[in-house]
Amino acid sequence: MADQVETRTIKNSTAQYNVILCSGPSCLHRKSKELLQAVRRELVRHGLERKTEVILSGCLGMCKKGPIMIINPGYTIYGGIHEEHIAEIIEAHLVKNNPVSEKIINEDHLFNRFYRIFGDVAFFGKQMRIALRNCGILDPEKIDDYLSVRGYEALAKVLTSYTPGQVIEEIGISGLRGRGGAGFPTGLKWKLTAETDSAEKYVICNADEGDPGAFMDRSAIEGDPHTVLEGMLIGGYAVGAVKGFIYIRAEYPLAIRRLEKAIAEARKHNLLGKNILGSDFSFDIEIRLGAGAFVCGEETALIQSIEGGRGMPRPRPPYPSVSGVFGKPTLINNVETWANIPVIVLDGADWFASIGTEKSKGTKVFALAGNVVNTGLIEVPMGTTLREIIFDIGGGIPDGKKFKAVQTGGPSGGCLTEDYLDTQIDYDSLAKAGSIMGSGGMIVMDEGTCMVNVAKFFLEFTQNESCGKCTPCREGTKRMLEILTRITAGKGRQGDIEQLERLGNMIRKASLCGLGQSAPNPVLSTIKNFRHEYEEHINRKHCRATVCPAMVVYGITDDCIGCGACVRVCPVGAVSGIKKNKHTIDQEACIKCGECYSTCRFKAITRT
Amino acid sequence: MKAKKMISIYINDVQYKVADGQTIMQAADALGFKIPRLCYHPKLSIEGACRVCIVQVEGQKNYTASCSFPVFENMRVHTNTKELRRARRDIVELILDNHPRDCHTCERDGVCELQRLAYAMGIRNRHFEGERKHYEKDLSSPSVIRDPDKCILCGRCVRLCSEIQKVNALGYAHRGFKTVVMPAFNKPFSESVCTTCGQCINVCPTASFVEKNNTQELFEKLDDPSLTKIVQVAPSVRAAIGEAFGLEAGKAMHKELVSALKKLGFDYIFDTQFAADLTIMEEASELLDRIQGNGRLPMITSCSSAWIKYLEHFYPQFLPNLSTCKSPMSMLGALIKSYFAKKLGCDPSRLLSVAVMCCTAKKHEANRPELAVEGLPAVDMVVTTREIAWMIKSAGIDMISAKGSDFDAPLGLSSGAGAIFGATGGVMEAAIRTAYELYTGETLLDIELQSLRGFSGIKEACFTMEDKEIRVAVAHGLGNAGKLMEIIKKEPDRYHFVEVMGCPGGCIGGGGQPYATANSIPLDEDFLKKRAEALYGIDRDKTIRRSHENPDVQRLYKEFLGRPLSTVSHGLLHTSYSKKQPQGIIAGGGNNEQQ
Repeated sequence: MADQVETRTIKNSTAQYNVILCSGPSCLHRKSKELLQAVRRELVRHGLERKTEVILSGCLGMCKKGPIMIINPGYTIYGGIHEEHIAEIIEAHLVKNNPVSEKIINEDHLFNRFYRIFGDVAFFGKQMRIALRNCGILDPEKIDDYLSVRGYEALAKVLTSYTPGQVIEEIGISGLRGRGGAGFPTGLKWKLTAETDSAEKYVICNADEGDPGAFMDRSAIEGDPHTVLEGMLIGGYAVGAVKGFIYIRAEYPLAIRRLEKAIAEARKHNLLGKNILGSDFSFDIEIRLGAGAFVCGEETALIQSIEGGRGMPRPRPPYPSVSGVFGKPTLINNVETWANIPVIVLDGADWFASIGTEKSKGTKVFALAGNVVNTGLIEVPMGTTLREIIFDIGGGIPDGKKFKAVQTGGPSGGCLTEDYLDTQIDYDSLAKAGSIMGSGGMIVMDEGTCMVNVAKFFLEFTQNESCGKCTPCREGTKRMLEILTRITAGKGRQGDIEQLERLGNMIRKASLCGLGQSAPNPVLSTIKNFRHEYEEHINRKHCRATVCPAMVVYGITDDCIGCGACVRVCPVGAVSGIKKNKHTIDQEACIKCGECYSTCRFKAITRT
Repeated sequence: MKAKKMISIYINDVQYKVADGQTIMQAADALGFKIPRLCYHPKLSIEGACRVCIVQVEGQKNYTASCSFPVFENMRVHTNTKELRRARRDIVELILDNHPRDCHTCERDGVCELQRLAYAMGIRNRHFEGERKHYEKDLSSPSVIRDPDKCILCGRCVRLCSEIQKVNALGYAHRGFKTVVMPAFNKPFSESVCTTCGQCINVCPTASFVEKNNTQELFEKLDDPSLTKIVQVAPSVRAAIGEAFGLEAGKAMHKELVSALKKLGFDYIFDTQFAADLTIMEEASELLDRIQGNGRLPMITSCSSAWIKYLEHFYPQFLPNLSTCKSPMSMLGALIKSYFAKKLGCDPSRLLSVAVMCCTAKKHEANRPELAVEGLPAVDMVVTTREIAWMIKSAGIDMISAKGSDFDAPLGLSSGAGAIFGATGGVMEAAIRTAYELYTGETLLDIELQSLRGFSGIKEACFTMEDKEIRVAVAHGLGNAGKLMEIIKKEPDRYHFVEVMGCPGGCIGGGGQPYATANSIPLDEDFLKKRAEALYGIDRDKTIRRSHENPDVQRLYKEFLGRPLSTVSHGLLHTSYSKKQPQGIIAGGGNNEQQ
């Protein structure tokens, strides 16, 4: 591996410097694109425009510290860059060769593992980037950049020296499992598709990333679209397909644009189309846009949608490997799975299989979010513990608060407690702990989180996104949501918890597709791990996290100096008192909006 | 055919030998199990939506829908565990929970599959309650009322409309709890591509689709002493109405029905079969005329209203091929308002012309301006077999044991050929019986044309009349009709004469026929066969079995019409239709040519 790292960092550019601006979703949101103009302007001012290449890259993952700007050579990462910093940094770094140290995130240039180029920044220290290996360091809109990091070499290797069967065997040995969430062995899936006899077969890349807050697939495509195409090409060759579809949600315009560009460039280089690289293998890829239905991430619904129908799952079997798009055998994998393929072919299945745990090989990308210092996109070897992710990479819980729970696997994952922090991340351990790997959402919650409310929040999402086809998911999740709403509104009844468990267990086992089968997870896992919170809500009408408005009581302590600020902000006139005397709150009138609480400068208002 | 491999499976720990390649449900059904089910229908694709038919398969993490899961060697299935019974019960209860609680006032009280299932599941108390959906009823169609409140989203109507009828008038909209079945763009049903065939009513397990009920209106008219009340009865009504009174399918009830209608207050009971004979006179003559070069071939029958609407929507290029004959119902209506009115010496506007039909599309047909007679509708009101059964019951008439009576003259006498109109292939058979004689001058002796009978989707036959070969085809169900039109598109000269009926099985399977009973399923072929047999039985029992031999038809020509295709005939008995383009036509529904 070590040698390859060197080659991967050599840029195919005549420029003396390059300035990389992260255009991942979070940095874009913080206007990294507008910085581009400022950078260009400054370069012109110093006469550096010909010597410097400016690149908009894919997501680097350090979202919390964005917008990110990297200056090469040296891979100096600047964080929190705004327009007013540009002039100073360009002048100091490029003209005076004196980097602006207070904006630098990685001042210590020590080498570390795979991602040595970024030094031992704690954020990267425990990461290992395979699927995202090129994200953030090359120009995703230039095929030459990809080619310079051994791009399409895996395809060439496969076409010249592998039979389709050997490719499948290699993927099988690598131990790669589906990164879309279910963890089905990829090699076996390829084998089953290859074995189905049909003159017409298809390959699909599932880029219908629908989990709220997740942007793994989006970043992988925006940062390195060619690797996905290369993976699909190899898959197409292995199973005998002639056509591939990338099903991507229309809400990802940048990813779509970059894919379109990548496909066009690949066609130009005879990497797509007829007789690829002079071989007998012909393959082309078409993009299909999804209209934003969560359920279309489910493979049979996705296939219906590609066919032009309403995205509704159908019963399996038959599996897509036997009857998929237009009734033909279809190999469907998720973006991250495809992104792993070229590396496995290039560096060998044995190398890949040496990473991770016994049954889960390689790495996994997570979108780290919630109450954690370093929110962002990370890729870690399987087997990394939740504690390492949250406290080492994630930097722990902000504001000195206590960790309470972590939800893995998106809106239908389970919520795990502190007791599970040393759980190694892999498909089986997470399932055993009562959660799922899912496609890689990871939401950290601190003590200020009400678990009943969290369960309600996620169920609201899945209930809204249910396709409406099968009874348990359509009707059952609705009733569960109604019970949760009742509990959080302080109207919980005896028997509600049991009702939730009864419905949840039935929905989990009787629903048609994965959406319904996993929708009750947040509820069932919070009941399992935080049953006392449910009981408090129902029996004592008490929300310990003071989140559920109906159960919060505001009071005024003796610290009140009678300034009257609370009286002025209360929208319903519930606070009253004589100036310079302790005020009181009329509990009948109070609507629990919390305005007084946040206004009081003397911490005289309590929330319990 | 290659014999299927036999494999071993275990159902509730008992070993059975079953054929490979079938689903758990199919295997279990053949072994004397009846796993509860709801969205499943053997003639439609597998939906797997209701989850009522779940079973436990050892080795599977979750429950398995038995309707879709194939059997495999040494599979161990459990169909009746405590856990399963509870899960199924909960699922059905969840459906009930979002369903109106108005069983006693519902049109399908007692004939509702959901009601039966809930009863069978032992749901005697309720665990869940909450918000219930509410939508307005779509009352726009003259034939079919859509009531999404009662919809349980089993998807049978959607599948039937797209897979069997290939009309695609219905689809799903919105998500999750808000999911609803509706026409494209949520257009009123009357403005959609719906052909009003009413098959959605037949397959709906609840009352989400029902016919537009005209019974109260009819009762009021029957009470009006200033009107002369005349009713006609379609052939297929008599073959099925017994089922609505709990009789076995297949008993012909025309005599009992005539006497019940008299008791209801009708002054004259005429037979649509008389008009069927008349149709044959006109249509057979038109066919021979066209064969001699006057008009486009193949000629296509025009009896079925749903078919005509389908043709107007999806294959308007074949409108010139459509026979110009009105349907028997409209012919008889036209005669009632002209010939018979004159005979009575009565102002046609004081006549109430009612039709009892097996069909919901006839309600739409009665409203068609093309079929009016001097500004008056030929038929003022259409009620279905189901509706007339309700009326008879609510009027306190014992139809079953009453002594029967005959239809009234002069429009009540019919040949056997008129009776078989109700079954697919019947119009063709009747037409051949007459056309043969018209063309050759000789009587066709072997008149039971087996090649035109039965329920294959498209039947083809060839008849020789002297030197002339007549090639014919018969299709039933609009999906088959569409297929037949595609064949004609490719081979315009393949046929001379084509019969199309909009409903599976022909009129006997119409959208207005009695609901499936507790031990049958909608579109049950055994039921259709028995109904058809009732009509063929009527034919066999008649001495007059050819339309042109009907003495009253002959008298009508002598007294009033002159001869077939005469000017009077053309004025009263013929019409033409035009292309319609409702919104929401889906390519592939009928392969509408883009113009």
